[in-house]
Amino acid sequence: MSGAVVRGRGGPGRGFRIGPLIAIVLALGWLGLIIGLPLALVFVQAMSKGVQTFAATFAEPDALAAIRLTLEVAAITVPVNAAFGLAAAWAIAKFDFRGKSLLLALIDLPLSLSPVVAGLVWVLVFGARGWFGPILDVAGIKIIFALPGIILGTILVTAPLVARELIPLMVAQGVDEELAALTLGAGGWTVFWRVTLPNIRWALLHGVLLCNARAMGEFGAVSVLSGKIRGLTETLPLHVEALYNDYDFVGAFAAASLLAGLAMVTLGLKTLLERLGRGEPRQKSRA
Amino acid sequence: MTLALPAAAPARWREHSPLPGFGLGMGFTLLYVSVIILLPIAALIARPWEHGISGFFDAILQPRTLAALRLSFTAVALAALVNAGFGLLIAWVLTRYEFPFRRLVDAMVDLPFALPTAVAGIALAALYSSNGWIGSLIEPLGLKIAYTPVGVFVALFAVGLPFVVRSVQPVLQDLDAAYEEAAQTLGASAFQTFFRVTLPALAPALITGLALAFARGVGEYGSVIFIAGNMPGVSEIAPLVIVGKLEQYDYSGAAAVGVAMLALALMALLLTNAVQLIFARRGAA
Repeated sequence: MSGAVVRGRGGPGRGFRIGPLIAIVLALGWLGLIIGLPLALVFVQAMSKGVQTFAATFAEPDALAAIRLTLEVAAITVPVNAAFGLAAAWAIAKFDFRGKSLLLALIDLPLSLSPVVAGLVWVLVFGARGWFGPILDVAGIKIIFALPGIILGTILVTAPLVARELIPLMVAQGVDEELAALTLGAGGWTVFWRVTLPNIRWALLHGVLLCNARAMGEFGAVSVLSGKIRGLTETLPLHVEALYNDYDFVGAFAAASLLAGLAMVTLGLKTLLERLGRGEPRQKSRA
Repeated sequence: MTLALPAAAPARWREHSPLPGFGLGMGFTLLYVSVIILLPIAALIARPWEHGISGFFDAILQPRTLAALRLSFTAVALAALVNAGFGLLIAWVLTRYEFPFRRLVDAMVDLPFALPTAVAGIALAALYSSNGWIGSLIEPLGLKIAYTPVGVFVALFAVGLPFVVRSVQPVLQDLDAAYEEAAQTLGASAFQTFFRVTLPALAPALITGLALAFARGVGEYGSVIFIAGNMPGVSEIAPLVIVGKLEQYDYSGAAAVGVAMLALALMALLLTNAVQLIFARRGAA
């Protein structure tokens, strides 16, 4: 329970001091400048021509198609990556095997990948001049510049997010509870559903939330893979770009405000989940 | 003898455990990692060599590509310096002081993680362009940020900041104030205490945060391209060179730049790990 110790260095009770005040003002000023101001600008610009112009952006069929596509991509990406995160965390945290650090490094690899490169790699695999391009062409299957490509790019970019939330927690939790359940006669799936999953639910949701935010907002990988056909392969972030490049600034910021709203909801839920997650057991963390 | 082999072989690479589900979990993980991560990375690494090693270097050493790589890396390195300073300051303020809306501010630090990069990109471009909130203030002073290389640098502030704050914050929280108090009791000034006691304890976490910020920043696309102006050789970043090459169907050229970027990002992370090892040894000695 080391976290319960509150340190009040320089805090209230020590009397007024100028140093902390300067530090707080500087820190808040910087955050306001580089995060608060751009965020505020999105909403101000979106509403600059009134609510009706704002709402008109979302009446456009292209905008609606972009929203639908973004939801579809997330609806596929998030469950797949959540399943991967659970499987990887189960194997890595509950068992000892050789090559574990190599596997961990591979899972983290997409984090060092530029989003554009994450798009490029799929073009090299499935594109017209890629590894499987000619075969797919004969078979009449379209992956690049179509929905499957957009999904693959998004999956690659977001692949580590759930796994990285779960692995440290499950390593800290160890296997004692699962072994106890086994001894009491529970089967493998019962152990997973009734023992492991309840212990990691908030961390899992936390990872799912981050994965979802990133999947809906992904831009670089998707912009390489989508072909940017309006109303067809344009996700919401690509729609923002298209409107902006058409000098429809109000429309661009209106569409962007939807994504910014999503980001703020994500952060709110994330903070809540982190508070709930503090109650999750960590057996080995402190003796 | 022949029967003993298959039983002994798996035991050597994994410890026995009574828990079930290793096969399923590991099988799915390996399949997923192979198809989603290894296959495309293999395609990336295999591609640039179709015109031999010289083909690879020709693609990398084109002046336009070199200029873009140089811009991406110098902008990220400079932004990292700024982020080290402000990241430390923000982590410090969040852990050591109580002030109104502290929790809200704490949550706000993560916004660049959650905010889609294209949204950040158009907001920054509008903010710093000559009729924007900030641009209109600094333009009369002769300063221009939007559509210049400086824009790239400015866009990377927000990208890297949460990595630094979130790496340093937990260490700062656990850092025993007794050391700092001891230093002050022994007559150290606030600056001496910070640079000789606090900072060395934070250094490993700070370096980790900076490396993560670096790896992310080098490849950053969405928040940079709108504000950068994208003049070839001047304010064009490396990811945009890849997009350009792809548009001309120069797959191997695009892959060459991609390999170079990935290699440089991984080198930054490896270098960090090496530095961490040195710190760990020093700590143990």
